[in-house]
Amino acid sequence: MIEIRNVTVTLGGRNLLDDVSTTCHPGSLTALVGPNGAGKSTLLAVIAGDRTSYRGTVKLHGKDVTRHSVRDLAQIRSVFPQGSVIRFGYTVEEVIAMGRAFRDLPPGGDDEAVLDAMISTEVEHMAFRNAQTLSGGEQARTTFARVVVQATPIVLLDEPTAALDLRHQERVLARARDMARTGATVVAVLHDLNLAAAYADKVVLLANGKVAADGDPWEVLTQDLIERVYRQAVRILEHPVRGCPVVLTT
Amino acid sequence: MTITSARPLERPADRTPWIAAALVACVVVTFVASIAIGAVSLSVADVLSAIGSRFSSQPLTADETLNAAVVWDLRLARVLSGIIVGASLATCGAAMQGLFGNPLADPGIVGVSSGASLGAIMVVVLQISTFGIWTLPVGAFLAGTGTTFIIYALARPGQEGGDNSKLLLVGIAVNAIGGAFAGFLTYMATAEQLQSLTFWSMGSLSSARWITVAISVPPTILGIGLLYRWARPLDLLALGERQARHLGVDVKFLRRKLIFVTALLVAAAVSFNGTIGFVGLVVPHLFRLMIGPAHRLLIPFCAAGGALLVMLADLAARTLDPPSEIPIGVIMGSLGGPFFLWMIYRSRKFGITPT
Repeated sequence: MIEIRNVTVTLGGRNLLDDVSTTCHPGSLTALVGPNGAGKSTLLAVIAGDRTSYRGTVKLHGKDVTRHSVRDLAQIRSVFPQGSVIRFGYTVEEVIAMGRAFRDLPPGGDDEAVLDAMISTEVEHMAFRNAQTLSGGEQARTTFARVVVQATPIVLLDEPTAALDLRHQERVLARARDMARTGATVVAVLHDLNLAAAYADKVVLLANGKVAADGDPWEVLTQDLIERVYRQAVRILEHPVRGCPVVLTT
Repeated sequence: MTITSARPLERPADRTPWIAAALVACVVVTFVASIAIGAVSLSVADVLSAIGSRFSSQPLTADETLNAAVVWDLRLARVLSGIIVGASLATCGAAMQGLFGNPLADPGIVGVSSGASLGAIMVVVLQISTFGIWTLPVGAFLAGTGTTFIIYALARPGQEGGDNSKLLLVGIAVNAIGGAFAGFLTYMATAEQLQSLTFWSMGSLSSARWITVAISVPPTILGIGLLYRWARPLDLLALGERQARHLGVDVKFLRRKLIFVTALLVAAAVSFNGTIGFVGLVVPHLFRLMIGPAHRLLIPFCAAGGALLVMLADLAARTLDPPSEIPIGVIMGSLGGPFFLWMIYRSRKFGITPT
């Protein structure tokens, strides 16, 4: 459970976030969408506990995020960051296993969790490769596998699909939705509105640091709202297979 | 989508046990050879009986008494000093590289060694004796800690990874400042102090005595033990500070602990033996190539490998041009300098940070 109440972040006299409030429930996947600079990543950083200078309150599992210790936070939330780097030649398997390093789970289950995560992100064939030699997409899948093995009740994903091909975009978000179905609270920053429409239970549309809309995909992804916030003409169709909205630019 | 009945992966052959066995064998052979070879050469049997003689009450012949004196009073303390210096500098190098996220971080290159030896020189020249026999290592430790904090404040790894050039530039500046201060203190020193100061700039194990061994053993063991304990958080630092924190590492606290421990190890190494460069660069780099970067293995391997390298270098220093000694710093420099250039060449060629 993530409760965000009246969060404002000011940097250099400009409000990156302006009185943002929303609640994300266990069992749901929330998509944070909005134009560049709307404050999506800033909001995620506040929820993750990375950014501690803000006004308002953010509670994870009923406790203020800044009052959790570093170790405790690692037990309840995992983060897929933007722009992941790895120094030194750790293997893909070692990098993924790092997700378990300070997780208070029986270490006997680590190997199986790592293998399962590698298979579901399709990186198991490069398990012993130097993670520095991976392509951007392979690196993103490795990082996502690391998030999966951390197995936390709150999962925060910052543009997890940005570097991925079509197949892996779908697989990563399907896995994220699976995590939500088994009780996790998942929040993902997404640029692709159609992915958000297909996988999210709830879409939060940010514009200039404010919440422009908050609701299910059909409520938020309307022609009027998208055109106003993105300043781009669009049409909304219904997905022939999934039944969710599809946003087409015109 | 969860697949639980997956077949285990085929692991590539693990060469680590063989490398460990070879390393231990090399350390033992070099240890015995370092005691046996010198102005008075001894056979392996002589060495073993001389070592044993101090533990038995049997009367000794004149030869045996001489051998025991050579082994116990001259060589053993020196070889042990070599082990201490090598082990502490190599593990310190490995930890600093983890801390800075930069494979070029070496106590000598970034200036921690020159900061620590400046502390030691100050103790000698200004005749400070606040902590009795511990004054010298304490001075080196305090100066080393201060230096590391300054370097870290200036060359901290950013979100996108360590910045090689910044770290090296800071190292140049810190070394220049340390060198200038050391030069000034050398200029102020009396002729008598001067003699004991000259070796700091080049490094030498010739001042090794049992008392210096006794003083530097505890910080070395403590330092290496702590680094071994922090092997896992050190691994996670490879992901950068922010992601390490996401995974449960209290980065701020860990960073402070690492700075103190690296300074402790450098102080243990340089207090009595001066600055010996490149050990902390060469040894961790070679072992990362051989056994991978995971610190749980890297720290013990570096301790043994560093000890081996310094013992070999000291053996060469003593025996290449008898009866005089080549400063060990000259030998390490002539090995380490080209190695450093090779690392830079490699990183250019592959376009990735050298590991």
